[in-house]
Amino acid sequence: MLSADALADIDRELAKYPPDRRQSGLPAALRIAQDELGWLSAESIEFVAAVIGVPAVRAWEVATFYSMYDLQPVGAHKISLCTNISCMLRGADEIAAHLKRKLGVDFGQTTADGKFTLKEVECLAACAGAPMLQLDRDYHENLTPARVDEILREYQT
Amino acid sequence: MRECRGVCLPREHARCWTLEAYRRGGGYRALERVLREKVEPGAIIEALKTANLRGRGGAGFPAAIKWNFIPRAAEGQKYVVCNSDEGEPGTCKDRDILRYNPHALIEGMAIGGYVMGASVGYNYMRGEFWEPYQRMEAALAEARAAGLLGENLFGSGFDFTLHNHLGAGAYICGEETALLESLEGKKGEPRFKPPFPAAFGLYGRPTTINNTETFASVPAILRGAAGEADGDWCSGEWFRDLGVDNAGGVKIFSVTGHVERPGNFEITLGTPFAELLEMAGGVWKGRRLKAVIPGGSSVPVLPAENIMRANMDYDSLQQAGSALGAGSVIVMDETTDMAAVLERIALFYFEESCGQCTPCREGTGWLHRILRRINAGRGSRADLDTLLDVANRIEGRTICALGDAAAWPVQSFLRHFRHEFEAKVEAGDANIADKTAAAIRAA
Repeated sequence: MLSADALADIDRELAKYPPDRRQSGLPAALRIAQDELGWLSAESIEFVAAVIGVPAVRAWEVATFYSMYDLQPVGAHKISLCTNISCMLRGADEIAAHLKRKLGVDFGQTTADGKFTLKEVECLAACAGAPMLQLDRDYHENLTPARVDEILREYQT
Repeated sequence: MRECRGVCLPREHARCWTLEAYRRGGGYRALERVLREKVEPGAIIEALKTANLRGRGGAGFPAAIKWNFIPRAAEGQKYVVCNSDEGEPGTCKDRDILRYNPHALIEGMAIGGYVMGASVGYNYMRGEFWEPYQRMEAALAEARAAGLLGENLFGSGFDFTLHNHLGAGAYICGEETALLESLEGKKGEPRFKPPFPAAFGLYGRPTTINNTETFASVPAILRGAAGEADGDWCSGEWFRDLGVDNAGGVKIFSVTGHVERPGNFEITLGTPFAELLEMAGGVWKGRRLKAVIPGGSSVPVLPAENIMRANMDYDSLQQAGSALGAGSVIVMDETTDMAAVLERIALFYFEESCGQCTPCREGTGWLHRILRRINAGRGSRADLDTLLDVANRIEGRTICALGDAAAWPVQSFLRHFRHEFEAKVEAGDANIADKTAAAIRAA
């Protein structure tokens, strides 16, 4: 289900923890699986549990507790917009409205072409660069509608 | 100006995260000297005590006391863990330490490991911190290659291994026992205390957990002011003298919201708020100050006149009716709709409650729904009493402090800005009266 590279990455993560504490590597293993597969299906969550050597319910607990795991298919790129207080004070609402109009989706939805999923997220600890968003792994700060357009163009191609 | 970079935020900028740049500023000299001279762990704790270093994660607990809790002579594995799960709204300082000064954290944790007799450390970073994680991974590789991490460091017989651990998205994991659960690969649900982590921590072993900024402050405190001045070595006095009576040294303040130049400012504790506001360029657009949340979204809000008289230290902000928290200063100008801000804060705690304790799981939902109703003009006067009632019934009745953190903003916003909520519910009451009248007419 996972490539040899992904399994090797999981092994590298597991090496950080005592041999009898493999469950510590579970969050990383789920992340690696999600990176490769796009999202976490029931099958992939249970596969990861087997790789780690824990009961499937342990992997389910982690996959459903943390906000970064996607338990439904998502777009090729995930846009996570912070709307928490420091961003709100500096115009996150305007950025949210702009993104929704531009992409034609609401929070929690994916564009028809499958390119972008738009998410509303809590504080991402970049408050001095508010308003901000995370696109896949990268932070983009000091957003304006024009800056958002530029960012979207970079990922459109 | 009392800006004083160089303890946790680097003075120079060009590739400041590299080992070479860190060493130029005196980096790793403290670790080397501690290990070569086999400095008594008690002497290091004494220096932190003299320095009056208080925990920088929010609670302000004295670091020296925490480091003393660990049963150093206990047999078996012990751990040092760094809490880099920065997530309190308004807080963005640890991200900059991780990105720009990763070696200060590594050196601080290695010294912590030596003091506590712990040969393994974990740096727990929030899952979204991919860029800081990459920086930290590169820094660990540099430190290992340079013999600053690993076995028998500087021939002292002390081994120290450090790993980065990435979370997966959950504010609650900033709570130290939830962080330990998460590090064990479980849901981040806080544990009952006692037992405290010093006795029963990671994998049930004695563990010391400190915030990123706390660990990163340690090398500079031991090294001394100039980095070279021998009289300062391992005394902590120079650091203490920078601060005020009940809190030594310098601290990073994240100033965000309605200011001209938001940013992180490493300044001496006790600096007047007015000076910090000026460093951030003052209130934006020439507007007047309305209110400030001085320590992150969980601490009580203060009206302008109260904060303008306060200094940025633990005692002064407590006297003003709030707390220093993580040093996260959220500035709001005269146009700010306080009920809308409180609704957003309430949504945050509702989203992030782990669900373990009923008062928090259910109460945070109540708080958010009532505030949403009030802001939508559908609230009533009775809602204000219900809000306070719910907040009071959460406070002090949960395993961890997230419940209190949800209650305090509600209590303080209503204490200082009740008139704004009243204006909204009066409109709401009028709506209800109109609808009733319309219904009667229709009948």
